[in-house]
Amino acid sequence: MNAPSLLQQWFPNITDWTEIGQACIDTLLMLGGSLLLTVVIGLPLGVWLFLASRDQLHDSPRSYAALSLVVNVLRSIPFIILMILLMPLTFFLMRATIGIRGAIPPLVIGAAPFFARLVESSLREVGAGVVEASQAMGATTGQIVRRVLLPEARAGIVAAITVTAIALVGYTAMGGIIGAGGLGSLAYQYGYLGYKPDYMLVTVALLVLLVQLLQMLGDAIVRRMSHR
Amino acid sequence: MTDHPALITLKAVAKSYRVRGRDIPALQPTDLAIDAGEVFGIIGHSGAGKSTLLRLINLLERPTAGRVVIEGADVTGIDGAALRDLRAGIGMIFQHFNLLSSRTVRENIAFPLRLRPGMDEAAINLRVQELLERVGLAGHADNYPAQLSGGQKQRVGIARALANKPRVLLCDEATSALDPQTTASVLDLLLDINRELGLTIVLITHEMDVIRRVCDRVAVLDAGRVVELGNVVDVFLHPEHPTTRRFVSEAEHGDEGGPDYSGVAGNLMRLSFRGETTYAPTLSEVVRDTGIEYNLLSGRIDRIKDIPYGQLTLAMRGERMDAAVAQLRAAGVVVQEIAR
Ligand SMILES: Nc1ncnc2c1ncn2[C@@H]1O[C@H](COP(=O)(O)OP(=O)(O)O)[C@@H](O)[C@H]1O
Ligand SMILES: [Mg+2]
Repeated sequence: MNAPSLLQQWFPNITDWTEIGQACIDTLLMLGGSLLLTVVIGLPLGVWLFLASRDQLHDSPRSYAALSLVVNVLRSIPFIILMILLMPLTFFLMRATIGIRGAIPPLVIGAAPFFARLVESSLREVGAGVVEASQAMGATTGQIVRRVLLPEARAGIVAAITVTAIALVGYTAMGGIIGAGGLGSLAYQYGYLGYKPDYMLVTVALLVLLVQLLQMLGDAIVRRMSHR
Repeated sequence: MTDHPALITLKAVAKSYRVRGRDIPALQPTDLAIDAGEVFGIIGHSGAGKSTLLRLINLLERPTAGRVVIEGADVTGIDGAALRDLRAGIGMIFQHFNLLSSRTVRENIAFPLRLRPGMDEAAINLRVQELLERVGLAGHADNYPAQLSGGQKQRVGIARALANKPRVLLCDEATSALDPQTTASVLDLLLDINRELGLTIVLITHEMDVIRRVCDRVAVLDAGRVVELGNVVDVFLHPEHPTTRRFVSEAEHGDEGGPDYSGVAGNLMRLSFRGETTYAPTLSEVVRDTGIEYNLLSGRIDRIKDIPYGQLTLAMRGERMDAAVAQLRAAGVVVQEIAR
């Protein structure tokens, strides 16, 4: 028995497997790029939200309320609509509204507020006692953030990155509908519009596999980091 | 009190917290002077304002009125680098230890040393090793806090607090989460540190036994007010304020308070000995000379820090009661008749 013939038998409509390979690569690129930027932008936002909240090191109700409002607004817009709304900005930033480049700005703007909230709540899990002990030792706020809050919350932050990465996989697939490329695009183009259920099956299986791998990786890192 | 300036002086400090738009007083205006080298205890029930008072010393709380003076300098309003320097010179330990769970014992102890520039890695390692040995944890340097017992965690807390060679150590209910045996060993460690390093210790607790074991002086705090202040021996043997009496009686009899002697014949007398009279055969001499009889109802001979003391409750009967009391008093025993 040889593999291609079996593949042909099971997936009669899929004539070009390299296309699926390319879609996988596109999805991974979109995921990697947007996840990196989401963390780079969302982490400081989450720290800011945390510090500005009540009874924290930089308790400031106004700045908290303002930031919180922006975060909530962005989080309440469905991703597909956010993508359309952001098209002018996306074009201004990337000189493209489709493809990987076009997908990254809306992915980051959609995911960063979500990630920032997760960071905020994992920082809340760090006991007030350790912060107080650090203050009593003469630590600056910067030192407390970098040497106490972030390291103490790191397992929670890694879990937050995992959740965000999985959400981003979903967003990239949705983005495929309006031209973002990747596995979602394939599923939509061929599977839905082209009535080719085998495409749908393969892309869904690959997306499930990706999510599983992300979750397992995230869990493994969290386990290694926990010393509680 | 004394002619030399105190190490820590609180001048009419008061603190109220703003809760939902209203000022709730936690500490009434309080004066307190703590001398260099002493172990000063603050005892009070939960909510009495002990932590508030303690945290005013390193300005974790700002007083709403009054001044905080440390080594002659008014520090009430300082902030920024000056505040951080002050805090680095004051160690603090906590009821729940407050260690960094993501770092090893060694790294927890090194933490305060790494906060300020000026110490190279070799010097830090040396200092950490020295501290590990002082608190008896040299074998646990690479463990994480989660792998330690409560007593060991508090030892890490103590080592960390000592890292910057502070002059003062603040202890916020440092033994309240520990069992009695571990409490005793942690208190012994604190006492060693006090003696060997000359470190001034301010500790707060709700247990009179902690005060009795380690403190030189004690302030009793009740509803934000210092209601009694003095040498531990005096406060222990002759408590004045009802709150103090309750603490002393809990320490002597457990939580249920004093026993009921209403069925016992004779005059109920409390005899308090302190210092060397504790070990003198005073009572037997008095019995021989005056012919009185006594029942021993309850009593305790012990030490308050280094000072021997004893307190006996007797029912005394006999013709020459007055002479007996006079002879006891002449020998330095404090005699109080207990009203029934
Ligand atoms: N940050 C705070 N905000 C509002 N009230 C507080 C705060 N800290 C303490 N209190 C109140 O002040 C009083 C004294 O508290 P505290 O000093 O912690 O007492 P203790 O340490 O003796 O148990 C309590 O009634 C407590 O509820
Ligand atoms: Mg307290």
